[in-house]
Amino acid sequence: MSEQIPIYSSPDADVVVSVRIRVARNLAGFPFTGRASDSQRQEVLQMVTHAPLGGSFPDGLAWVNMNQASMQERQLLVERHLVSKNFAESPLPRALGLGRSESLGVMVNEEDHLRIQSILPGFQMNEAFELAHSFDQALEETVDFAFHQRWGYLTACPTNVGCGIRLGAMLHLPALRYSGELERVKRAAKDLHLAVRGYYGEGTHAIGNFYQVSNQVTLGASEEELLQHFRDEVIPKLVDYERTARQMLLEKNRPLIEDKVYRARATLKVARLLGAEEATKLLSTLRFGICTGMLHNLNIECVEQLLLQVQPAHLAQLDPFAVKEEMGRLSRANLVRRSLGDYSEDSPEI
Amino acid sequence: MKCDQCDKPAMVHEVVIQNGNKVEMHLCAEHAAARGYILPTVPVTQILQQFAAAGKSLKAQKAAARRCDACDLTFAEFRQTGRFGCASCYDSFMPSVAAIIERAQSGAVSHRGRTPKRIEGQADRAAIRRQLIKEIEAAVAAEQYERAASLQGRLHQLGMDTKPSTDQAS
Repeated sequence: MSEQIPIYSSPDADVVVSVRIRVARNLAGFPFTGRASDSQRQEVLQMVTHAPLGGSFPDGLAWVNMNQASMQERQLLVERHLVSKNFAESPLPRALGLGRSESLGVMVNEEDHLRIQSILPGFQMNEAFELAHSFDQALEETVDFAFHQRWGYLTACPTNVGCGIRLGAMLHLPALRYSGELERVKRAAKDLHLAVRGYYGEGTHAIGNFYQVSNQVTLGASEEELLQHFRDEVIPKLVDYERTARQMLLEKNRPLIEDKVYRARATLKVARLLGAEEATKLLSTLRFGICTGMLHNLNIECVEQLLLQVQPAHLAQLDPFAVKEEMGRLSRANLVRRSLGDYSEDSPEI
Repeated sequence: MKCDQCDKPAMVHEVVIQNGNKVEMHLCAEHAAARGYILPTVPVTQILQQFAAAGKSLKAQKAAARRCDACDLTFAEFRQTGRFGCASCYDSFMPSVAAIIERAQSGAVSHRGRTPKRIEGQADRAAIRRQLIKEIEAAVAAEQYERAASLQGRLHQLGMDTKPSTDQAS
């Protein structure tokens, strides 16, 4: 895995941190992963990892045997949202296929035989869709997927049946949270059949006001219709809500917001010990400050990079001593101060 | 609630009229027995629960015991995990599957997305049509008109209707 984290600035990067497309597929003729025997799971692994990919996917994938990966490597993949927590911790025979620039991850023997995931920074919905779709198509030329005339692509859980596609966006919604509007937005999202989840997806809580929004309906509409609705209606509406809330907050409560942002910057620049969650929250506030034009000397890419680097496994990759919690807090604070500039070194700004 | 005469939990609750006044009475098993009440050894609520459960379980047990022909998963196991065992489960557990999917998928009744190239044009249209008509009839019988209309819409999308003469099965 590369140390360089792909960061991309798009026009909607103030709210849309990244987008993710996940396609669920199962091989015909095998029980789903949870019901299959170990030898059948091995067979599925062999078939997928050795399948010759057609011309639509010339780069191929680099396969990682998850059973041989260390705890830290698996955690690193979770932090990068390339695998689910369940997949990282599962004892079953499984593998991960990584595409070029780590924008594509293919989990083999997750809940479904295949979970094809594409993740791109910013609001690159079409590109992410194309990436996952091209792999799906290339693989379908050589293997048979479980398909039903009425229900479409079959999945272990009936909530994924049909197109088997989930479109997701990681949104940064601090203003909706600060203004107490988030619950209302969540209720509205539920009515629109959207799931609003935490930082690491299902069953996780929102850290630093980052929320994953995804479609819940996968049946009864074509892939393109689902994409169009999510890309052109759902996400722009949520982006609009957040931007309006930001504007209102700044008009009505500017000192309060400035206080939050400048305190976050000061803490990050002087702290000697920082936990992962605390750092994430403070960096989120910093991100908010940059996007609302309060902080001019920082750029969003630097903060995005730090948001990943302060997570435990990423930090341990940079500093092997950081695997111990206390050393990790020290190392994290050092890293953040180095990146943002240290106030305590007689900075004239203070 | 405590017994009127001691601190033990009250087992007998009664409203009696004494000298024209309404009086509530709460007694523990001992004090109730002392006053001549005969208490059942098993509380009535428990007997009722067991009775209700027995009636319900006959139907529920039958449904839960259904098995997938291919992977042997029982419907009870599916209910527990929310996960099917294999592709055949989708047919083995009909018609429950249709109801579950429609609920999970906000009323959607069938796939409208891509079809794998290998089976394009091989669709058993007659079978789909028969199944949809069966469900429309069941929906109408159950007065679920919205669902019936949705299924009817699907038939039209597939270029079919309910009249047998227009069946273009291939």
